Amino acid sequence: MTYEQLLEKTALENENVVVMTAENRALVRNLPAKLGERFIDTGITEQTMIGAAAGLALRGRIPVVHALSAFLSMRAFEFIRTSVGIAGLPVKLSSFIPGFLSDGNGPTHQAIEDVSIMRGIPTMEVFAPADEQDLVQMLPQIWASSNPSYVRINMRPATYQHEAFQWGKAEWCFRGKDVTLLTYGFMFEETLKARQILQEKGLEVGLVNVRSLKPFDTELVNQLALETSQIITIEDHFEVGGLFSILSEYLIKNGIQLKLHPISLQDKWFKPGRLEEVMAYHEMNAAGLVNQIEKLVSKK
Amino acid sequence: MNDKQQKSLEKMSLNIRERIIKMSTDGGCFLGASLSAVDILTYLYAEFLNLSKENLEDPNRDYLLLSKGHDVPALYGLFVELGWLEAARLDNHLSTNDSIYWHPNRSIPGVEFHAGSLGQLPSVALGIALDIQMRKGQNKVVCVLGDGELNEGSCWETFLVASAKKVNNLIYVVDRNQFQANMATEDLIPLESLDDKFKAFGLEVQRVNGHDFDQLHNAFQISKELKGPQVIICDTIRGKGLPSIEARADRWFCNFSKQEIFELISELHQDKMATITAETIVAR
Repeated sequence: MTYEQLLEKTALENENVVVMTAENRALVRNLPAKLGERFIDTGITEQTMIGAAAGLALRGRIPVVHALSAFLSMRAFEFIRTSVGIAGLPVKLSSFIPGFLSDGNGPTHQAIEDVSIMRGIPTMEVFAPADEQDLVQMLPQIWASSNPSYVRINMRPATYQHEAFQWGKAEWCFRGKDVTLLTYGFMFEETLKARQILQEKGLEVGLVNVRSLKPFDTELVNQLALETSQIITIEDHFEVGGLFSILSEYLIKNGIQLKLHPISLQDKWFKPGRLEEVMAYHEMNAAGLVNQIEKLVSKK
Repeated sequence: MNDKQQKSLEKMSLNIRERIIKMSTDGGCFLGASLSAVDILTYLYAEFLNLSKENLEDPNRDYLLLSKGHDVPALYGLFVELGWLEAARLDNHLSTNDSIYWHPNRSIPGVEFHAGSLGQLPSVALGIALDIQMRKGQNKVVCVLGDGELNEGSCWETFLVASAKKVNNLIYVVDRNQFQANMATEDLIPLESLDDKFKAFGLEVQRVNGHDFDQLHNAFQISKELKGPQVIICDTIRGKGLPSIEARADRWFCNFSKQEIFELISELHQDKMATITAETIVAR
C-alpha cells in the first residue's frame, strides 16, 4: 500500500480526518476527487495552513498536512510550536523531501535541522521511517495518537523486510559486538548496504533503524551498552540536535559509558545535485560510509 | 437597540473598565488596549454571540477568538460581569496560584484559544470556520484583531485564503485604536486606507465607531446578510474612559500605584482627573 492509498483509506474510514496541503500535492494527487471538501489546499501559505489545521483540530478534526520539509518545519515553525504545540492538538505533519531528499534544490530547501527543532516542542512526536513500507506501517499508530506529530516522509521502496512498528520502539535489525550503527529515515538504505560490506570484511556490525526519534527507545540504549563496543549514529541532519544529540543527552544523563561517534552533515549545508552524486560527495553512500566507519572503528 | 439595552450595555462596560483599571497595578497590564476593546466585546457577548455559561462546550456555540491577546483584562472583566468567572479571581492577576496573566489561555472557561503571538489566530479562526461550514453549522466565528497586529504578514496571508475559500461565517473585527505598543500606527507603518486594503483582499468591509453600541449593533446585524469573509473595523480610542491616558503613545503597558488606581477609578466615574506619575513602560 502506498502513502496515498493509506491516507485515502484512513480518511474514508474516519470522517474527522482532513487532508491539507500548502500547494504541495505530490503525495496526494488523487485525493481531491476522493475527499471533496475534506481536501483543503491553502495555497503557498504554510503558516495559514498550520493555523487553520489548529482550528480544525479544535473542532475535533485530525488534519494531516503536507508541505516541503524546510517550509513546513521552519516557515511555519512558530505556528506549529504556538498554535499546535502549546495546545497539544493532533495535527499530523507530513514532511516532504527532508534531509538529502531535497537533492538538487539547494540550501533553501534543505531540512537538515528539522529533527532538532521539532523534538524541541514539548507535545510533538517525531518519526523517520526507513522506506515506504516502514512509513505505511507506522502511520496508523502515529495518526491515532492524540498528540501532534512530525514525520519525515520517505517513499523509497523497501530493501529490507521490516518488523512491525511498536510505539516508541526502534527496530534492532542486526546485532554486532564491534560496532552498532544507529540510523533513521533515508540513510537506512545506504547504511544497510554499508553494514553488509563491513560484515564481509570481518567486522561484526549491528544495525538499528531508529524510526521513532521522539519518543526515543531508551531501553535499546541500555541494552546496546551491554552488547556493543561502540555506536555510530548516521543521519542526513546537522550534527547538532538530531540522533547524535539525542543519544549523547541520554548517555550523559544516565552516566552510561559508551563510545559514540557521529556521521552527519556536521555544521554545513550539503552540496546540491543528483541524489547519488550528493551522497558520494559527502561520503554518505554505502562506499563512503564504509570508509568513514572503518576510520572511526580503528580509532578506538 | 432600545434604550434599556443600551443602558444595560453602558453599565456593563463601565463595570468592566473599573475591573480592568484595578488590574493595572502590582505588575500591571496592557491597560489602554484593554479599554479600547471593552465596548466591542461587551456588545458581542451581551447581544450578538450565541454564548452562555451553559453552552461553552457546545459545538453549535459561536466562537470568539481574541487574537491580539493583550486586551484580555477586558475579556476577564466581561466574564465576571457575565457570571462566568468569580470576581475574586481577578485579584489573582499575575499570581502563579491562578492562570490569569497578560495573555489569554484556555484554562479560563470561555477562552477559546491562547493568544499573544500576533497574527496567529486569524488562521485558527479560519480553520474553525471551515469546519463549521463543512458540517453545515450555523455558528459564527468572530476574531478580534489589534490594528498593530495587522503589520504581521500572516494576517494578510490568511485574509487571502479566507477569501478564496468563501467562508460565510467568519467575521474579523479590528480594534482600530490607532496605536501599536509605543507608536501611533500612522507614524510607523501606516494602515490607511484600511478599508481599501481589506476590500482588495476580497473581504466585505464595514467601519463603525467601536464605542457606539448602536453603530456596533447595526454593523453586526448587517453582517448576517453578507456573504464571504468580512471585517468590521471599529474605530476606538486607546485608553477610552480615562482622559488622562487616552490616545497617548506613552501609555501602553501601565503599572500604577494603589493611589493612582484610586484616582483613575474616580476619573472613570468623571469625578476628578487623576494625577499620574508612574513611569511609562516601553517594553514588555
